[in-house]
Amino acid sequence: MSERRLHFSRATILRRKITNNLMIGLCAVCVLLALIPLALILFYTVREGIGAINLEFFTHLPKPVGETGGGMANAIVGTLIMMGMSAMIGVPVGILCGVYLSEYGRNRFASVVRFLVEVMSGLPSIIVGIFTYALVVKPMGRFSAYAGAVALAVLMIPTITKTTDELLKLVPNTLREAALALGAPQWIVNTRIVLRAAAKGIVTAVMLSVARVAGETAPLLFTAMNNRFWHNTLDQPIASLPVQIYTYATSPYDDWHAQAWAGATVLIVIVFVLSVVVRVVSGGKFTVQQ
Amino acid sequence: METPQAVQGTPAGAAVPSEIRSLIAKAKSSVGDGVFFALCAFAAVLIVLVIAGLIGQLIASSQLSIHKFGTSFLTSKVWDPVNEEYGAATFLYGTVVSSLLGLLLALPLSLGIAVFLVEVSGQTMRTILSFLVETLAAIPSIVYGVWGIFVMVPYIQEHVAMPLSEKFGESIPFLAGPAMGPSMLSASCILVVMILPIITSISRDVMLSIPMSQREAALALGSTKWESIKIVLANARWGILGAIILGLGRALGETMAVTLVIGNSPQISSSILQPAYTMASVIANEFTEATSEMYTSALIEVGLVLLITTFVVNMLARLLVWSVARRTSTGGRS
Repeated sequence: MSERRLHFSRATILRRKITNNLMIGLCAVCVLLALIPLALILFYTVREGIGAINLEFFTHLPKPVGETGGGMANAIVGTLIMMGMSAMIGVPVGILCGVYLSEYGRNRFASVVRFLVEVMSGLPSIIVGIFTYALVVKPMGRFSAYAGAVALAVLMIPTITKTTDELLKLVPNTLREAALALGAPQWIVNTRIVLRAAAKGIVTAVMLSVARVAGETAPLLFTAMNNRFWHNTLDQPIASLPVQIYTYATSPYDDWHAQAWAGATVLIVIVFVLSVVVRVVSGGKFTVQQ
Repeated sequence: METPQAVQGTPAGAAVPSEIRSLIAKAKSSVGDGVFFALCAFAAVLIVLVIAGLIGQLIASSQLSIHKFGTSFLTSKVWDPVNEEYGAATFLYGTVVSSLLGLLLALPLSLGIAVFLVEVSGQTMRTILSFLVETLAAIPSIVYGVWGIFVMVPYIQEHVAMPLSEKFGESIPFLAGPAMGPSMLSASCILVVMILPIITSISRDVMLSIPMSQREAALALGSTKWESIKIVLANARWGILGAIILGLGRALGETMAVTLVIGNSPQISSSILQPAYTMASVIANEFTEATSEMYTSALIEVGLVLLITTFVVNMLARLLVWSVARRTSTGGRS
């Protein structure tokens, strides 16, 4: 009787041990399966792209079909310009809204805003494109760099606001109280004490959101459009790296496919450099210069 | 109010400027306070205006199509710009099916990774692997698209779709041929890689917040590692569900990568090896080509449907994640 029970439980133990090892092994396999596409994407992009990357790629305009060579100078500059412009709109609005939520946000209106920021962070980027088209492109009568920047700013704001709000809440109240007790007015406390204490995290959030919009294509398709030449002014259609890659990737020409790969490589490098800078910034010491 | 100078008996002439000075300082600070508050409140109001404007704009611009087609817009499969007949059923089908299929494939993978990160690997390995998985989220959607169209689609067509349709095509309608490269399956595969990071990282955070005592209790009663993990997963189920729905929301709105690999053909096919079309893709492809007002209006109504879908899905997810975050106690793994 007792022997049988022992025998039975041994089998059970064995079964449980096997299940245990099997499932944990499967989890490890899952990790490998996720790393394979990462490795493949980086490998193929760099392998296919590196061939078309040369000085000409960074300094020349796209060539017409049939002519080899040419570059994406206008698209690279266009992307950088729109990143800068959208940051100029998105960063102040995002941070100020975050300050409002954290420092003045103990009312009904603030909880509505908090909810809307959540909504905004889940907006499909193509919808933001339609909205910007109706808001900026239609009244202006043409596609423009401004419209592209507005679309990107709308995508940038929720990340910055949410992070600012969360980080400012982590700033201990004793800091605010000490500053107020010394006679500093509220706004000095907010700008020089509270925001400064959270500066490192906010800079990280800003960089991450800029890196994110650098790769956005969908909202630019019908706001900034595309331009095969240099833009003369910012109220004209402007080329951008993601849209140029899209145009080339959907074309039937091998030359253009090579250019698309090269553009993708440059885009990945831009995004990764920003991410690495974020790591350095958030790992090292950072203070805001007054 | 007496100034200290007056009490100490300093000349009255000296006391006045200092009083004025303090008044000025006070006025200045209240002006500063007012201005700064106004700026912050303006930014907050701006958010409200943007969302209200966005929804209002979409509704206003799609009136033409809403009035003409009514509810049949959602059920009609006809998308005919020449005869001005529009229905979004094919796009709705493409968006929902590709997202759900992607989710179905991404879910076991993400959960496996989250379990490995939280329960199996050590601190250093967790940091490194988390970084790598989050790198997947940092790759721009267009790069996924380029890789998808030139590398993944040909591979899937040759090594996955064709064998599948040859073996099972006649018996299972899901896998009926002819096997195409750009297809629902390709779109789902690219979505798997794109939503995997978000599901993984939220599930990981939820599992990390499950108290250590739960695992210790299970292990003390003699359970194996896997049995204790099952208890952790059971405790984390609502948070994980939130993560899944958030991933779904991401998949529904994804545009560029899907546009490049789904084949962009407005049809409802029971086979996942056939091309399809999604709501986001049709807007991306046809918005600038829309020549008539009705065409634009119909495309914007597609956008409105997409907005409502993602909105509902995202809110559901947020509510779940929030309710879990409120309940979680301290003492989890860190």
